[in-house]
Amino acid sequence: MKTWRNLKDLIRRFAGSDVFFSFKRSPTVVAAFLLTLIFLVAAVFAPWIVPHNTYDVASLNLMDARLPPAWIEGGRATYLLGTDEQGRDVFSTIILGSRVSLLVGFASVILALTLGVALGLIAGYVGGVTDTVIMRVADVKLSFPAILIVLLIDGVARGVMPRDLHDKAAVYVIVLAIGFSAWIQYARTVRGLTLVEKNKEYVQAARVIGLHPILIMFRHVLPNVTGPVLVIATLGLGIAVLTESTLSFLGVGVPPTEPSLGTLIRIGNNFLFSGEWWMAIFPGIFLVLLVLSVNLLGDWLRDALNPKLR
Amino acid sequence: MRYVIATALAVAMAAAPAHAKVLRYSTNADLLGLDPAINNEGPTNAMKTNLYEGLIYRGIDLSLSPGLATEWSQVSPEVWRFKLRQGVKFHDGTPLTAADVVFSLGRYKAEQSDMKSYVATVKEIRIVDPQTLDFVTNGPDPILPQQLPLFYIMSKVWAEKNNTTQVVRGTSAPTYINFNANGTGPFKLVERVADNRTVVEPNKDWWGKAEHNLTRAEFRPIANAATRVAALLSGEIDLMYPVPAQDVQRINATPGAKVLTGAELRTIFFGFDQARDELLDMKGSGKNPFKDKRVREAFYKAIDIQGIQRVVMRGSSRPTGSMVAPGIAGFSEEVDKRPAYNPDEAKKLLTEAGYPNGFPVTLDCPNDRYDNDEAICQAVVPMLTRIGVQIKLNAQTRSKHFDKIGLKENYNTSFYMLGWTPGTFDAHNMLVNIVTLKEKDSGIFNSGRYTNPKVEELSKKAETEMDLKKRQELMVEAQKIHKDDYGHIPLHQQTLAWGVRDTVDGSVKPRPSNDVDLRQIKMK
Amino acid sequence: MFAYIARRALQSVLVMASVAFVAFALFQYMGDPINQMVAQDASAAEREALRRVLGLDRPFYVQFLVFLKNIATGNFGFSFRVGSPVAQIIAERLPATLELVFVAAMFALFIGVPAGVYTGLHRHGAMSRFMLTISLIGVSLPTFLIGILLILIFAVLLGWLPSFGRGQTVQLGFWSTGFLTTSGLKALILPSITLGLFQTTLIMRLVRSEMLEVLRTDYIKFARARGLTNRAINFGHALKNTLVPVITIAGLQIGGLIAFAIITETVFQWPGMGFLFITAIQFVDVPVMSSYLVLVALFFVIINLIVDLLYFAVDPRLRVERSVSAH
Repeated sequence: MKTWRNLKDLIRRFAGSDVFFSFKRSPTVVAAFLLTLIFLVAAVFAPWIVPHNTYDVASLNLMDARLPPAWIEGGRATYLLGTDEQGRDVFSTIILGSRVSLLVGFASVILALTLGVALGLIAGYVGGVTDTVIMRVADVKLSFPAILIVLLIDGVARGVMPRDLHDKAAVYVIVLAIGFSAWIQYARTVRGLTLVEKNKEYVQAARVIGLHPILIMFRHVLPNVTGPVLVIATLGLGIAVLTESTLSFLGVGVPPTEPSLGTLIRIGNNFLFSGEWWMAIFPGIFLVLLVLSVNLLGDWLRDALNPKLR
Repeated sequence: MRYVIATALAVAMAAAPAHAKVLRYSTNADLLGLDPAINNEGPTNAMKTNLYEGLIYRGIDLSLSPGLATEWSQVSPEVWRFKLRQGVKFHDGTPLTAADVVFSLGRYKAEQSDMKSYVATVKEIRIVDPQTLDFVTNGPDPILPQQLPLFYIMSKVWAEKNNTTQVVRGTSAPTYINFNANGTGPFKLVERVADNRTVVEPNKDWWGKAEHNLTRAEFRPIANAATRVAALLSGEIDLMYPVPAQDVQRINATPGAKVLTGAELRTIFFGFDQARDELLDMKGSGKNPFKDKRVREAFYKAIDIQGIQRVVMRGSSRPTGSMVAPGIAGFSEEVDKRPAYNPDEAKKLLTEAGYPNGFPVTLDCPNDRYDNDEAICQAVVPMLTRIGVQIKLNAQTRSKHFDKIGLKENYNTSFYMLGWTPGTFDAHNMLVNIVTLKEKDSGIFNSGRYTNPKVEELSKKAETEMDLKKRQELMVEAQKIHKDDYGHIPLHQQTLAWGVRDTVDGSVKPRPSNDVDLRQIKMK
Repeated sequence: MFAYIARRALQSVLVMASVAFVAFALFQYMGDPINQMVAQDASAAEREALRRVLGLDRPFYVQFLVFLKNIATGNFGFSFRVGSPVAQIIAERLPATLELVFVAAMFALFIGVPAGVYTGLHRHGAMSRFMLTISLIGVSLPTFLIGILLILIFAVLLGWLPSFGRGQTVQLGFWSTGFLTTSGLKALILPSITLGLFQTTLIMRLVRSEMLEVLRTDYIKFARARGLTNRAINFGHALKNTLVPVITIAGLQIGGLIAFAIITETVFQWPGMGFLFITAIQFVDVPVMSSYLVLVALFFVIINLIVDLLYFAVDPRLRVERSVSAH
């Protein structure tokens, strides 16, 4: 009962807030929000809403391969956006593919965020040698392009794991690799903010009354850094989805039997010149829409949370 | 400094005379190097064939004709005699002598040579007189001339002068001979920049009569297939191969460009593990279903090769029941006929063999080696799923694929894809490497360890049979037995597709070995 | 100051050594180079012989120590694939990549900065919104797709620009340049747009947000109060103050450009280091792969060091902060 009241209170406060006001004011942002929501819902419920289950290889018919979209001559109504090289329904592969892409995106962002925020908090709050070590490691990582780090991590994983295990685990390896290459931004930001918060009176006070440093860090410092972290996370989601697609292009992405949007584009790429454009262009459009709306949300969030810009 | 730039510019601009017949051609990878004794690989050998010559030349139709030897005959079972062509000069002007042939053999037989197999049966070369050479073989070798077109003759004097007599690969030192060429061939090397371009010009002092009309040829590898197609469409190159099957229509629809097709000599097939007592994917069951011929037959009949040909290959393949292509000595029309596609019978066979609900197995496939390799495997997965087999696909890059199914990991596979072109254009090469394993050095790519005493015996007999007709019969017989055993599942031969601009003359045809012999190229 | 540099240099050496180790360790798993080097039907004995010649039969740590010793003496070994010294191959490819990266960086700066200033000054203008949306689409497209689409439009359909390679290059000493010929310059256009697009967008957005921040500061308000012209304020004061972070970020982005050149060079068959690296991966050419990684690490360590020193020189506050956090 109490939580319910708290929630209602929270919603009321949010609805009356400046953030919500600026949200309502921009139709682009509302559109981006709705689009992201649709993507999320479609991804979560993908197995129940796709017209064809393209993961079930027995149901595929090679004879239906490379059919154009339904509205073009030769297309069939059951395959709205056409079929690919193996007779998979493009629309279904896109929905299932964005599920994979979003899974990779969210999981790697959560990983990077957890790692980055924790290390940033510790570096900023504890200081000293701990700080130097963490920030030096961050420097090295920052200086190394993410795509190379991901290639290296994936290479090692392929080496140490038996082959069939790697195929099963490919998605997680990529999540690990992308997440591991992206934590620095969080760490740097959080560290900077922590340094500022640390010297504020309320933290000093908490310290005086003898609260445990971990408690202080998470209960008092953390809430004050959520805004910027949220912004980085939103933009990071788009980057993670793109990085995964680039890896697929280089041939180290998720296995083609359960393709992501990036893998779909890579495969479709081969058919771009031959006039079978739908295999690359539709996944391409969906990828752009997805990343675009996430980026728009991130942009808006950054401006909205920055009081100086209002 | 300014002067340097100005001269360089002047040189750059002078590079294109008005009536030049320049061929700019491309394929998907660069040459591995120019040393004749190493880099045994298709496109690399093709370039070496432009620069160097063997005693015997293999024409576009695969027939043999005189090269640096004017005639040859088998004077006794273990001796082949060659008459050396007189008056031939290397590109640097030094005359060709019998000593050069002996020197070249020494390099081909060196420890690091990659071309040993072409001269494996040659024990020594005796110089009878400056024009006559006797090749002494280890035991009778009826098909020695078939092996010799890739035995390139280099200049001993030149190699010694440039301190490059050793056959060296990899780590120890850069070798002059791998970056420079001095052969007797119809083309001279002008420039080579690795991964970028290799430029040749006609050798005006060549002994033969040139059929080509080129003034210059530039080989420019382009790895990315889409970019290669784009370069042809935009007219930046005159000839390129291979054309991805899906782009054939597009190229034919572009004014000024078209696709030429021909049959290739490589046969693509699947193989099964018939050696292990327990299948890799059936740990603890103690069973290997592939030991049962009915299971192999069921797999064979469950694969709709016509469907693959039509949809995956878009017509660019020639379905086959034979492990060697037409044009290879030992090919047989009868063996080439495939048992019909019949999924119902396949299902029945599986049930009879005791697997009514199928069994789990992994299909190992390369994803960057053969035309549509991964797509073919992906298409086969649902076909086998339909007869109840729980099949998984493991498609990976070629180096890993060959590691896994090869010697390196002790044939760690149950069901795999492989392609094979007999390097000697003779079915015996396939018998030795793919379907037998008892003889020394045989069965290297017999990854499923198929063996049948009768096949082994026939293969061994064919090796030393001097009567070519009888030899042929022995090889066909061996292939028939292998086919009745369902030892492998032959799929198809790829169709070669070359994309050309209309700057290339209509007489140009793709060779079955899918490489460019500049001798045949005419420009308009 | 000197102690600081010395410490950083030492750290850099450690970083390089660990990069070398990681790189070398993981190449052990990438497949067997022998398979790429011998004919398909080579016998086991032939394979073993070659393995011995290449030193691949020695234990892992011996191979690594040999490798370390060699790079320390400037000897990067020999490429398994090409057969020439890695140092020589890299010297051949470096100009191609650096010229591409240079043009892409210039493209990013000369488009990105003005666009950022414009959108910063006209926050709510329709044109600004349009540019921002376009830039967002730019960052939402994968690089390889941009490359293929550019080729499709400008090389295949319009026939204006070449689809691959560097065109005619001119040799100036050891440096081969594409800047001196028309075909060389034309060949640079599509790859550098492909490579620079992401950075252009990034710089534009960075300049925009920095402009917005600076325009709110007191000294700008004061300048306005003094009656300075808009032009003098916007360009003389505001832009100047945004440039420090922009230059540092741009410097760091050069690293990203070198890395992303892998993809661009693959699409355009650009004979540079990235393409060399990808081919080396396919051929399991270990000496080339490890040298490339060590070299890239060196680039980054140097860039990082310079950026750090720049910070140090430009912003005195950082000196204070560092000493505080050291307690």
